[in-house]
This record gives sequence, C-alpha cells and structure tokens, in this order.
Amino acid sequence: MQGSDTPSIIATDLACMRGERILFRRLSFDLRAGEACHVTGANGVGKTTLIRTLAGLSPPFAGDARASGTIGLLDERMGLDPELSLARALDFWFALDRTADRAAVLARLRLSGLAQVPMRYLSTGQRKRAGLARLLGQGADVWLLDEPLSGLDAASQVLVETLIAEHVAGGGLALIASHQPLRIVGLQTLAIEDYAPAPEAEPA
Amino acid sequence: MIARLLRRDLAQFFPFTGGGAALPVIFFIAVAMLYPFAVGPDPAMLARTGGGVIWIAALLAAILPLDRLVARDIELGHFDQLRLRGVSEEAMMAVRWLAHWLSFGPPLIVAAFPAAALLGLDGPTLHLVLLGLLAGTPGLAAIGLMIAALTSSLRAGAALSGLLLIPLALPILIFGAGALARADAASIGFVAAISLGLVAIAPFAAGAAIRAVR
Repeated sequence: MQGSDTPSIIATDLACMRGERILFRRLSFDLRAGEACHVTGANGVGKTTLIRTLAGLSPPFAGDARASGTIGLLDERMGLDPELSLARALDFWFALDRTADRAAVLARLRLSGLAQVPMRYLSTGQRKRAGLARLLGQGADVWLLDEPLSGLDAASQVLVETLIAEHVAGGGLALIASHQPLRIVGLQTLAIEDYAPAPEAEPA
Repeated sequence: MIARLLRRDLAQFFPFTGGGAALPVIFFIAVAMLYPFAVGPDPAMLARTGGGVIWIAALLAAILPLDRLVARDIELGHFDQLRLRGVSEEAMMAVRWLAHWLSFGPPLIVAAFPAAALLGLDGPTLHLVLLGLLAGTPGLAAIGLMIAALTSSLRAGAALSGLLLIPLALPILIFGAGALARADAASIGFVAAISLGLVAIAPFAAGAAIRAVR
C-alpha cells in the first residue's frame, strides 16, 4: 500500500493507438476507491490496450492516464513459471508482495489440492485461478483485470465476481475488461466503442 | 528484492538445477573432445591450436541459452508483473545479465581444465585461456543479453541471435585468442576493457529493448 494516497484511476482525454490505428480517443473517466467499472466492447476495440496503458506498461498516444495506489494486473499471462509447482511459482510473488497468509489465498481459490502440481499441467481454468491467487496475495489497491472470466467454469466465475465485490467493498477499486456480463452490485459500465474514431467513409 | 530476483533467475539458468541448462558446458567439452578426432592426434598441433578451439567452443556455448534468456519471461508476463511492483527494466536486465553470466561463465572456466587436458595444452597456455575466459565471458554474456532482448519479439529470434552474436563477439575473440598466439597477457587487458564497456551498456540497451517490445 502506498502512503496516504487513496486509490484512483484518472484518465483525461486519453487516446490510444495500436500499430497505425487509433483505437479510441477523448476517453475521460475518474474512478475512485470503492468503485468498479466494467469496460465492454467487441474484440479488438482496445480493452487490453486501455488496461496496459492504465497500468503504465504502454504509453498513451495522447492525453493522460494515471493510477494511484499499488496496481495488480491480471491478463492472459499469469507470470507463473511453468516448470515450477503451483505453490513454488506463487511463492516467488508472495515473497515479493509479503503476502501474509498464503494457505488462505490458495484455499480461497480452491487450489490447495493442486499446490504441488507443476504449473504446466494445470488446465486453463486452474491456471487462471492461480493468476487470481497471485493477484489476491498481492493486496494491491487497484485491480486491472483483462477478461478475468474467460476459461472459468460457472462456480469459478461466481467466485471471481465475489472477489471483485469484496475488493471494492474493502476500499479497493477495479477496472474489468470483459465481453461477458458481470453480476456485481453498483458496477459502472464504460463502452469503449463510444470513443472509437468515426470511420473515414462516413464522417461524423 | 534484487536477491530474490537473482535467486529466481539463477534457478532458471544455472546448470544442473534448471531443466537442461547444463547443455552449454556439455557442448563445450564435447567440442574439445571431438577436435583431436577431427584434425588428428598430433600433440604439437593440438597444443598450438587448442587454446583457439576452447575460445570458439566458449563463444558457441554462450549462444545456446539465448533463446530462453528474455523472450520466455516476456511471454509469461513476468517482466510486466515486476514493473508493476516498481522494478525498473534496467534492474531486471542487470540481474538477468548476472544470472546468465554465472550460469555459463564460471562453469566454462571450470570445464576449461578437462578441455585443456583433452587438447594437451601446457600450463602457461591454460593460464592464459583461464584469464581470458574470466575477462571475456562477462562481455559475451552482455552481448548475448542485448541480442536476446532485441530479438525477443521475433519469431525466428533464436536462430537470429546466434548469427548476430558472432560478429559482435569478434573483438573479444581476437584479443582473447590473440593472447595465446603471442603468449602475451597484455591483450587480456583489452578483453577486460571491452567486457567492462559491454557490461556497462547491456542493462540499459536490453532494458530499453524490452520496454519497446511491450
């Protein structure tokens, strides 16, 4: 946790590019502690790019994006070494993040029984839950989640929604990019398509 | 933090702990073993050319780990996660350089003893080979790291990095193996200077490269 900063994500007139193409522009929003926002849009509209920009991993094309507070990122890359066992792969991050109760995190994601299984033998859904365990153990203020529900069974999807709700209720904030509906109370929505540049054929 | 990163990186690359990472050393000894079979067992010629063969074997052994040096952790999202925890790309690459060097430099220096025996090198020559490897392998590791980072986004990166390393490693090879031809330890000073320069640049060049790929 970083000092007395209350966690927030502030985007001002944000425009992002991928390759030679502007994905969206004039995107402004202000997300504060205790809020969650669902970023919707079809594949390729720039959900992942928005998340990586907010995380500070890629620079914005124009405008400004700032997240204050510690950032936790979950995308399709879990950052867990495939040749290590689940417990040892997670332990690397838990040690860096000074996670207090490792066993509780594993139990919460129903991974306790898989602790000694090498990462590469885990299924897509199990790997996703391992990524969620890493995120949960990090205890970050700001959660940036890119398609957190993909590859998960129904029970695990409910678990993810519960985890997000608890994180937000506990004073965190979450920005979730997903093309699937999310059942979380008080969820805001941001449709990226609204900020897509007008197609050249039909000027706006 | 840095100690933990180094420990993890070493576990990935160090021979006999990480999967199959002992390959460069085995490769190195295999070259030294095959050379007398290929050119004939003339002791005088082996003693004269053996040092150079050790250098070439070291150069080629340095290429072997390059494909998994950087690209793998980009695919894993490892560097992204570290960045979010405030670790700079330069620090990640400096640690990676140290782990890479430790995983092939010292083992090659140790393996130079059996290699020298196989090639029938005399004491003073072995002495120059060891000093040269000690001075040269940090530079080879630095070149390797920069190339691995630069080619990490390319599909054929592994094959390309080997090709790129060879010309860049020429100065180290010329001065390192040159010391043997003239039995002159002074040119090892040049090797050390080249290495030092490369090691100083490598974290910044490699760090900028992985930032650009991201």
